[in-house]
Amino acid sequence: MTLKTKQETTAMNGDEAVAFAVKQCDVDVVAAYPITPQTIIVEKFSEYVANGEVQTEFVCTESEHSAMTACLAASATGARTFTASASAGLALMHEMLFVTSGSRTPVVMAVANRALSAPLNIHGDHSDSMAERDSGWLQIYVENAQEAYDSIIQAFKIAEEIGVSLPIIVGLDGFTISHTLERVDVLSEDVVKKFVGERQFPMVLTHEGKTVPFKLDPENPMTMGPNALQNYYFEFKRQQQEGMNNALKSIPEVNSEYAKISGRSYGNGLIDPYKLEDAEIAIVCIGSTAGTLKVIVDQLREEGVKAGVLRLRTFRPLPVEELRNALKNTKVVAVMDKSMSPGGLGAAVFHEVRNALYDLNQHPIMVNYIFGLGGRDSNPRDLRRIFEDLLKIAKTGVVEKQVHYLGLRE
Amino acid sequence: MSSKEKTWKEISIAGIPPKSSIGFMTGDWKTYMPVRDLEKCTICLTCVMFCPEGAIKWRPEMGKIEFDFSFCKGCGICANECPTKAITMKMPEE
Repeated sequence: MTLKTKQETTAMNGDEAVAFAVKQCDVDVVAAYPITPQTIIVEKFSEYVANGEVQTEFVCTESEHSAMTACLAASATGARTFTASASAGLALMHEMLFVTSGSRTPVVMAVANRALSAPLNIHGDHSDSMAERDSGWLQIYVENAQEAYDSIIQAFKIAEEIGVSLPIIVGLDGFTISHTLERVDVLSEDVVKKFVGERQFPMVLTHEGKTVPFKLDPENPMTMGPNALQNYYFEFKRQQQEGMNNALKSIPEVNSEYAKISGRSYGNGLIDPYKLEDAEIAIVCIGSTAGTLKVIVDQLREEGVKAGVLRLRTFRPLPVEELRNALKNTKVVAVMDKSMSPGGLGAAVFHEVRNALYDLNQHPIMVNYIFGLGGRDSNPRDLRRIFEDLLKIAKTGVVEKQVHYLGLRE
Repeated sequence: MSSKEKTWKEISIAGIPPKSSIGFMTGDWKTYMPVRDLEKCTICLTCVMFCPEGAIKWRPEMGKIEFDFSFCKGCGICANECPTKAITMKMPEE
């Protein structure tokens, strides 16, 4: 594919790639509070501000709850807004995450995924953003630093799409992506600015009987954040589901539009399948683990094993149809979860994927592997063992254990 | 729900109310209500400025102050601020 746009090859870690993308997206307000492993994003961006490289209003808040509140308020005035967080910081934002999505303000947030205390742990797993599954935010998980850069640019366009108008989390694995130096090809600033464009606004009817753009504007006053009780609350929540449904269309569109300027795309934007067409056994995962799994699939393919990987890139909205189509011909599927739902049957991704496949006439046998908690390494040998387990299940049809703990000392 | 209520497709997003809150009478929340002693009141307008609900209106054309009990929540700030102690908070039946 020949591209008209010129790109520069840089070396950045995932956090730096995120900060660089934000710098190029003409962001009006960044309100953030640093927390490991997201800190570099905030540090790097504050450097851009101090050097006068961006015109962004940078708000140093006293907590993450305040950071998200400031982002919500800024976004309500029509400002393009960004923040970043992780772990305990994201948990402290919890209340305001619901207010932000319910207020339909398209804030973009990078989450450098990290474990939650206790015991205290700063390393990477998905416990933080999985706990915010129902907060009404879109959630995209990236595989590497390059995708972190690309996805932040895409995120503004997706979130600000009129039919969507919802905030979005771009999740990058703590340390594995956030702190690892990688090759990142970057577009020029004018190409990115043109791609992202000006922020768009849905039209709303105000109490003055005027239909105006949805933003706080003294010329067109409107009430934002009112109460809606038994009579209307439910209707507004249903509207949020529609925003999610619309995102199922917008994310693939933005993914292919972006491919035109960059030459890079990630599956169809929702799922990123690898050698799945004729696969009999497959692993579903999110985030950086997909990279290692693809290498193992290549090895297995050479050995004549029909193995494949499905990386779930978009977790919210859940691409139900795509999951069904991609996995309908598989015999056994393992779903990997880098978080736990203590007391549940497996963890979040397993719940979601298994639920999506339930209505297939013939659905694959499904097992769950919980792994990598608190940053525990998941090496190729362990991951290969999952495929070996799947082969055994495919042969015997017997599932001895539905939920496994990979790499745990037992 | 009554048939007058709109569906989720018919309303603006994010809870933007199509009506002003003036139509939403909130004065029935109160326990105590302000009662003004016209002998003591000097019409200094301190209560008008302090009322957080804008429920005390100054009518310059009539030279009068009016309490709007559709919105007065009985907070008692007017009584507390009144320099001549012309306002007292009373239970409605008193």
